[in-house]
Amino acid sequence: MACFLAPVAEAIVVSAIKKNVEHKEAAACRQAAEDAPAETAAATAAIPFSRKLGWLSKMLWGGSFLLAIEHIWHGEVVPWPPFLTAMNNPADIQPMLTEILAVGGAMMVVVTAAWLLMLLAVKRLENKAAQTPLAAGGEG
Amino acid sequence: MCLLLTACAAITATLLWYFRDADKDLRLGFLALMYWGAALMWTVDGFFCVAEGEPFLDLSANDALLGLVIVVCGLIVWLLSLLIRDPRQKVLPGIRRA
Repeated sequence: MACFLAPVAEAIVVSAIKKNVEHKEAAACRQAAEDAPAETAAATAAIPFSRKLGWLSKMLWGGSFLLAIEHIWHGEVVPWPPFLTAMNNPADIQPMLTEILAVGGAMMVVVTAAWLLMLLAVKRLENKAAQTPLAAGGEG
Repeated sequence: MCLLLTACAAITATLLWYFRDADKDLRLGFLALMYWGAALMWTVDGFFCVAEGEPFLDLSANDALLGLVIVVCGLIVWLLSLLIRDPRQKVLPGIRRA
């Protein structure tokens, strides 16, 4: 009915956190460049956390958008108020909310779990690259 | 079919990102993440369908058409993001020349 609304809510929160982290990272980077310029290059070699949050944000926004297209196709979402056809009938509101919580919540959990797996894989690659700096530098 | 087509699009975009987008000029990572997000969400939806006694995959022609529409919509969003971000700095000079 409107299960994509739960991932949209998570996407809004993740985007806000990403903006905040970006500001903090930029400030930390400026501070590090002032304190120890030589170490800044080594510190920036790792992927910033804001960029990793961007992957989750893209999966959530992109997936929700494509799911919204499906809901429009099935006539569950319309471009006029109240936008969700289930809202027209009071008897449908409760099942709609249940679906948003159950299906949408499960979608949020699965997408976030996939992102956490991505982070683990990236961490392993970063550790591997840190252990063989000469090989990594030689390829570039 | 919708899930299958989106998953195929996600795999294709991921392979293109890995083999063809070394400089990140084409923003294929964004396209791949968008399709993967949708594919994961439809997978969850499929399990809930099974729990309600419906089939995991809808193999109807209508759902196949919907899958194609969704893949095209994803491509349109990606194209718009590419034009807005303009990583190769071609849009503004092109507009100035036109």
